[in-house]
Amino acid sequence: MIVKEKPKAFYDTFERKGAGQKVTHYCPGCGHGTAHKLIAELLVELDIQDRTIFLSPVGCSVFAYYYMDTGNIQCAHGRAPAVGTGIRRTHKDAILISYQGDGDLAAIGTAEIIHAANRGENMTVFFINNAIYGMTGGQMAPTTLEGQKTLTTPLGRSSGRDGNPIGMAELMNAIKAPVYIERVSLSTAGKVLKARKVFKKALENQIEKKGFSFVEVLSPCPINWKMDPVEARSWMQAQLEPIYPVKNFRDESLLPPPHDDTLPQMEEKEMKQLLSAGGAIPEGKNPAPDLEQRVKIAGFGGQGVLSAGVLLANYAIARGYQATWLPSYGPEMRGGKANASVIFSSRAIGSPVVAVPNVLIALNTPSLISFEPDVERGGLIMVNSTLISDKVKREDVDVLYIPASEMAKESGVMATANVIMLTIYLKYKGLADTEILKKILPLSVKRKDAVAVNLKMMEKALTYFEEELT
Amino acid sequence: MNRSVIEADLCKGCRVCVNSCPNHCLSIGSAINRLGYQYAHSTPEKCNACGICFYVCPEPGAITVYKGDAPDV
Ligand code: SF4
Ligand code: SF4
Ligand code: SF4
Repeated sequence: MIVKEKPKAFYDTFERKGAGQKVTHYCPGCGHGTAHKLIAELLVELDIQDRTIFLSPVGCSVFAYYYMDTGNIQCAHGRAPAVGTGIRRTHKDAILISYQGDGDLAAIGTAEIIHAANRGENMTVFFINNAIYGMTGGQMAPTTLEGQKTLTTPLGRSSGRDGNPIGMAELMNAIKAPVYIERVSLSTAGKVLKARKVFKKALENQIEKKGFSFVEVLSPCPINWKMDPVEARSWMQAQLEPIYPVKNFRDESLLPPPHDDTLPQMEEKEMKQLLSAGGAIPEGKNPAPDLEQRVKIAGFGGQGVLSAGVLLANYAIARGYQATWLPSYGPEMRGGKANASVIFSSRAIGSPVVAVPNVLIALNTPSLISFEPDVERGGLIMVNSTLISDKVKREDVDVLYIPASEMAKESGVMATANVIMLTIYLKYKGLADTEILKKILPLSVKRKDAVAVNLKMMEKALTYFEEELT
Repeated sequence: MNRSVIEADLCKGCRVCVNSCPNHCLSIGSAINRLGYQYAHSTPEKCNACGICFYVCPEPGAITVYKGDAPDV
C-alpha cells in the first residue's frame, strides 16, 4: 500500500524546462521543493485545491505556477499581498496563498506585507527566509546574518555598514491584526513535520475566515550558501535558528470575533450620490451612436485644468457616455505644467491615455507648443488667445481663438477660463445640453461659493458662441 | 515489506533523505541518472514506512513510500 507519494495537487509534469519534465527547477537540496510539497499535500487534504489562488512571487519560486495545479497569479515583485487583497475583495471564498521569499517580502514588498497584515486580510502568507537573494545569485538580503558572506558583502555583513538582520515574524508581531504568527524551520525531519502542522493551521485559519496568518519558514539555499545540502541544514541549526528562533509568536485563532472584511452593498444610484457629495447626477440618455472624443486640456496648475477635466467627464457620464479622466501634473501642482486627458465615447474605453487627441484645449503657450503636433488630422485646437500670442501652425485642423482669460477677468476668478473654453467646445461640437451642464457644474466645482461665478461664465460663453462663432 | 522507492531520474542526489532516515535505509549509489546526478537507493530491511524521507525530499515525485507489499526495485 502506498502511504506517501507525489501529492495530487502537483501537475503530473512540469513544463518549465520542456515537455514531460518531472523535476523542479530548484537546485539540489533547496528548501522550496520541501515547502511546496507540504502545501500541495494540504491543498488536497483540506480539499481547497479548486478554490485556491496561489500568488507566485518574484524570486526562485517565481515559477510555482508550473508546479501546483491550482489557481495562480504571478505577482510583481513584492506586491503579492496587495494582489491578494484585491482578490479578497472580489472573491470571498478564494483561498489565497502568498508565497514570498525574503527579497520579495522583506525588501521590495515591505510596505505591502505590513499593510496587508495591518488590515488583517484573510490570507495565508508563507515567507521563505533563506537569508539571501537566491534568484540573483546570492546578494545580501534584509535577512542575511551579521558576518555572513554574500555576493554583495564579500567580507561578511556588517551591521554598521549594512544594517541588522530583520526578523519578519517579530515585525509582524508588532502589528495588532494578525491572528497567527509562527516561525518554522526545514533544517531537520522533525522540524519539517512540525512545519506541516503549522502550515495546516495557517490554512485552516483562512478557511474559517479568521484573518491573517503569517508563517516564516527558515529554508536552506545550499547553492548560495556554498554548502552541500546536508551541511546547509546543520548550518541552519547552528547559525540561523539562534538568530531567528523557531517558535509560535501568536495564536489568536480561538478568539472571537471573526474577521469582517465585507464591503457595503449599495445601488449604483446610491453610490453616485455618495461620490458626488449628495448632489444628484442627471440620468444619461441617448448618447450619439458613434462618437469618441479624446480631449487634452492643458495649461499650468491653478488654471483649473484638472477640474475642467472632471467637469467634462462628469458631464459626459450624465449624458450617458462612457468616460475616463486622467490627470497629469508635476510635483508643484500650482504653477507647474498640468494637463488632463478626458475620453468620452459611446463605446467601452480601453485606456484612459490620450496620446493622439482630437481636441486640444490649450490654456497657455507651453501647452500649445507641446501638444499641437499630437493632434489628430481634422481635430480641433482651442487657443486661449489672451495668454497665447502664437498662432497654430497646423493647417489640417480646426482652430478657435478664444480670449478666455480676458472674459474670465470680469468674474474675478481667472480659473473660470476653463469653463468658458469647455462650454464653447461643447457648443461648437454640437454636444452641449445646457440644462445638464448647469446641473453637473456644481458637482464638479470644489468651492461651493464659486458655483455662481462659474454658472455666470458659462452663460457668458454661450452668448459669445452665439455672437462670434455662428 | 515496507520500503521507500526512489525514482532514479527524479532524484537530484542531495542526500537529505539519506541523512534523515532514522533507520539508515537510504544511500547514494555510484550510477549517474539522466539529470547527471548520483541518485539515492533504498533498502527495505528496516524501513518502517514513517514517511520522513518523503517529507524532507525537495523533489515532488522522487520518493514513494510503501507499507507492506512494496514493489521490488
Ligand atoms: S538559489 Fe537557493 S533558493 Fe534558489 S533554487 Fe537554488 S537553492 Fe533554492
Ligand atoms: S520511510 Fe522512514 S524508514 Fe523508510 S526509508 Fe523513508 S525515512 Fe527511512
Ligand atoms: S532527498 Fe530526494 S532528491 Fe535528495 S537524494 Fe533523497 S531522493 Fe534524491
